[in-house]
Amino acid sequence: MRRIISILLENEAGALSRVVGLFAQRNYNIETLTVAPTEDTSLSRLTLTTSASDVEVEQITKQLNKLIEVVKLADLTDGDHVERELMLLKVKASGAQRAEVKRVADIFRGQIVDVTASTYAIQLSGTTEKLDAFIGALSESAILEVVRTGVTGLSRGEKVLAL
Amino acid sequence: MCLVNKLSNSEAQESEEMLSGGEMLVRALQAEGVEYIFGYPGGAVLHIYDALFKQNTIKHFLVRHEQAATHMADGYARATGRTGVVLVTSGPGATNAITGIATAYMDSIPMVVISGQVQSHLIGTDSFQETDMVGISRPIVKHSYLVKQASDIPKTIKKAFYLAGSGRPGPVVVDIPKDITNPADLHPYVYPEAAVIRSYNPAQRGHSGQIKKAVSLLLGAERPMIYSGGGVIQGEGSTLLTSLVRVLGYPVTSTLMGLGAFPATDKQFLGMLGMHGTLEANNAMHHCDVLLAVGARFDDRVTNTIAKFCPYATIIHIDVDPTSISKNVAVDVPIVGPVDSVLTEMLSLVNAEAKAGAQQNDKPLSDWWARIEGWRGENCLSYESDSTIIKPQQAVEAVYQVTNGDAFVTSDVGQHQMFAALYYPFDKPRQWINSGGLGTMGFGLPSAMGVKVAFPDSEVICITGEGSIQMNIQELSTCSQYQLPVKIINLNNRSLGMVKQWQDMQYEGRHSHSYMDSLPDFKRLAEAYGHVGIEISGPDALFEGLKEAFSYKDRLVFVDIEVDPSEHVYPMHVAPNGSMRDMWLKKGVRT
Repeated sequence: MRRIISILLENEAGALSRVVGLFAQRNYNIETLTVAPTEDTSLSRLTLTTSASDVEVEQITKQLNKLIEVVKLADLTDGDHVERELMLLKVKASGAQRAEVKRVADIFRGQIVDVTASTYAIQLSGTTEKLDAFIGALSESAILEVVRTGVTGLSRGEKVLAL
Repeated sequence: MCLVNKLSNSEAQESEEMLSGGEMLVRALQAEGVEYIFGYPGGAVLHIYDALFKQNTIKHFLVRHEQAATHMADGYARATGRTGVVLVTSGPGATNAITGIATAYMDSIPMVVISGQVQSHLIGTDSFQETDMVGISRPIVKHSYLVKQASDIPKTIKKAFYLAGSGRPGPVVVDIPKDITNPADLHPYVYPEAAVIRSYNPAQRGHSGQIKKAVSLLLGAERPMIYSGGGVIQGEGSTLLTSLVRVLGYPVTSTLMGLGAFPATDKQFLGMLGMHGTLEANNAMHHCDVLLAVGARFDDRVTNTIAKFCPYATIIHIDVDPTSISKNVAVDVPIVGPVDSVLTEMLSLVNAEAKAGAQQNDKPLSDWWARIEGWRGENCLSYESDSTIIKPQQAVEAVYQVTNGDAFVTSDVGQHQMFAALYYPFDKPRQWINSGGLGTMGFGLPSAMGVKVAFPDSEVICITGEGSIQMNIQELSTCSQYQLPVKIINLNNRSLGMVKQWQDMQYEGRHSHSYMDSLPDFKRLAEAYGHVGIEISGPDALFEGLKEAFSYKDRLVFVDIEVDPSEHVYPMHVAPNGSMRDMWLKKGVRT
């Protein structure tokens, strides 16, 4: 099952390598990973997704918690949560295709953020499924480049991951 | 002339002291009460070595290879419970220390390893003797630091010692670039009183509800079993465990790492469990209905096939490290906490219940003991002696007799390690010192040296084989330099015995590269280093030879014993797909 694990990490050199190294060392997989400093500059917020059984996830979260630089951790998929991923695509946009691409982007609430005579750059955010669906809706030959941030997210309601 | 000494008096501490990074490091180590450093100098740590030279409270032992420094510190730590300290230079000094750090990590041994690093401005430029020590050691340390500025040295050392010794102990690496220790740059020195690490809060006590639940399960058990691991020794829980086992009257077994936590000569002790465990211990594990695991981690060398492990048992597991719980085997009553605190609570509950007459399992318990005695009666550790060649088991038993079972015993890895574990019963914690987790050949001699440093008046023996001893034999030189009169018992079968045993059992006797050709004359080799060498061949010479060896009180004696090369270690788990009770008992004979 896909899990979203959100981590408050000491914003120190080498901290990220310990998280990533743990996954490699213990044969867990990371599907997506996103990390940036928070409003508290001593902390980074790291979000990763992994596919694992409940037993494996329990071990993964315990092993992560054992890392000295992991301050706090939550499995967002344990409860209701909001998740988003940002994607930028560069697509061919010439001739009749140009209008079609624009129309599909509109349907998905994507924004065109750069334009040339033959290409569009499109920005789209949403759940992983939505981004996958958008890629599916475009013809494969139209896509020149795709870049995705990986999933980030928050718990719904009052629950917060903070010190 | 001598800044460190001049400032070590307490008056000087009132004003702000100005020290170099190297001096701060030495002062910090002194503040931690460090008595010994095991190390090897080199370019990146010259400033630190100079600061060491100018003081006399910390004694430094110069090894012949950095791996041995880590094992010496490790042996010291295992024997004393204190944190072992290692100092190595950058590059090859650091990489040579890696095996010893991994050894300590796998067995949860408190250790602080200080490694020199190239100057800050050279990091990342592939400069001379540069290696990314923090990166290389990352998977085998509890934590590590790369010190960025001299003023960070005191608090980093404070944190390193706190981390190494608390919770589940382990090695901590502190990598220090050379420029940080420059004697020309002085900085104010203040040693922090406490380490503040907001994200690190090891459990201080177990959950009372869980402990109650565990006690009621234990008291209601019909076929109880207690499985004790290295954590009981590390967590200073030996006395408590012994009391608990005796109050309950239950059988107890131990992992390789836990030997000595409960006296091995006690009737309630069923011997070691696991791959080379006794018939009675492994059978009792397999058939028990309530299992109490204390400071053990359900290692694959214990469980055999996980799916067949303890099929009838409700499992209680006490461990200070939450990741140990339900990692390999799902447990029913997890208790996260230090073994001493949890066992104290358990013991008082058990005592209270016993007074109230709550323990009603007398009949099933005596039936259980009768079954166990049946297994014990099969005498699984018996072996056939021979009139012409010494059996390795016999050699270990003779060492036990000659030392009254009272010596510190270290070992290397292989058949001799198992023979030592099975045939030298350990009655005291910290008496048996071996690399259980990583299985590091070359561990025995330097760890024995570390023990001898801590306990110069105690008998310290390294039981080894001619394969393992040659992995760190250069340390015979260190022993000469510092007069470390350990006794080396070399069970010489002229082959890599455990490899050969597996090749006999699983590869139809094809002994691919498991023989030792061109062995040195160990007696003369020992003599060349200034020690005493004794050769023993034939059972008739065994006892007298050992007596002579142990009569040299202040000399290192290398005892080279010719043992039967065809001998196997039994019992041995049947693998793959065997349960704990599936064992080979003799060549070709299984349960």
